[in-house]
Amino acid sequence: MLPTALIVFREVLEAALVVGIVLAASRGVRLRGAWVTAGLAGGLSGALVVAGFAEQIAAALAGVGQELFNAAVLFTAVAMLGWHNVWMGRHGRELAVEAGDVGKLVRSGARPLYALAVVVGLAVLREGSELVLFLYSIAAANHVDLGDFAGGLALGLAGGVGTGAALYYGLLRIPLRHLFTVTSWLILLLAAGMAAQGAAFLVQADLLPPLGSDVWDTSSVLNEGSIPGQVLHALIGYVARPSGIQVLFYAATLVIIGTLMRWVGRGDGAAKPRPVKATPHPAE
Amino acid sequence: MRYWSGVAFLAAGLLLPALSLARAEDPSFPITIKDHRFEPAELQVPAGVKVKLVIRNSDPTPEEFESRTLHREKVIPGGGEGTVFVGPLGAGTYDFFGDFNPKTAQGRLIAK
Repeated sequence: MLPTALIVFREVLEAALVVGIVLAASRGVRLRGAWVTAGLAGGLSGALVVAGFAEQIAAALAGVGQELFNAAVLFTAVAMLGWHNVWMGRHGRELAVEAGDVGKLVRSGARPLYALAVVVGLAVLREGSELVLFLYSIAAANHVDLGDFAGGLALGLAGGVGTGAALYYGLLRIPLRHLFTVTSWLILLLAAGMAAQGAAFLVQADLLPPLGSDVWDTSSVLNEGSIPGQVLHALIGYVARPSGIQVLFYAATLVIIGTLMRWVGRGDGAAKPRPVKATPHPAE
Repeated sequence: MRYWSGVAFLAAGLLLPALSLARAEDPSFPITIKDHRFEPAELQVPAGVKVKLVIRNSDPTPEEFESRTLHREKVIPGGGEGTVFVGPLGAGTYDFFGDFNPKTAQGRLIAK
């Protein structure tokens, strides 16, 4: 039971953490439940389709179909996360000022929830299709103890969803004034981690050079295979032995999205007077 | 980031035909998955050059070839075959495993 549970947990974990962050980042926004549910539903049905066509995808495009598909999914998610953050760079300041008044937050509304819903859908799609293949491979095996199998599945699901929920409720403890700053940072790191992962797929397909193996090796400090290592990998893209291209994509994503956030935010601030902040800022 | 991925895919489209030529030159190593185990479970590859792992799954069920140290992740359908490029690697040991049967499917690459 435990081996099954562990595998299921690993597959569910990443998607659950993404959902936790998205829910926290959209706190107080009207219809966010519907958007996230739509993302989940779309991702799950997509996962079944992808798992069903796994063979064809793997064989497509001279054998690198799977890699290109995964990279496309990851880079689309990165673009959506980036777009959310750029939007927040523009409007987050006002939101922070208005925070405390959840009613106002709801009205402040047109946050790019579709972007977050797409991110949820893509995370579920990627991890879900692997989960479906794994479940299929077990079901197709000869000697299956159904009770043991169902127990492992339930335990793994509960563990993964529980970790996502713990992250969400942990984030909710942050005062509303600071919550969106924290979620924007988390989303930035999440995007950088996904970009690095996408780059690794393109290296695997031999479409990008790796630019060196083992830029550093911290596996003795924090093994990537351990549960804390896995959580950090999913959250901020922790890699114990990264290749050069992963570091490059990670850093480039941080710089590009970070710059766009500041640039768009500043442009907006210069155009009209900034709302008065409750806490003084040393630079202003 | 959007532009970067665009550039990457554009490059991918242009390079794909050229790469199929280049691929023939990379040293190739076969790995077979059988009864949820890798054969060979320990594989020596040259360090400092790109190598091609050709993974054949002779089990009827799908397996995912995965390695955290190599950053590789590829589903190999039951009865199917998949190619994974690794390296150029620094000398050292790199673990890999079958994500769907990690209890038995364990292996390592030794780059020398």
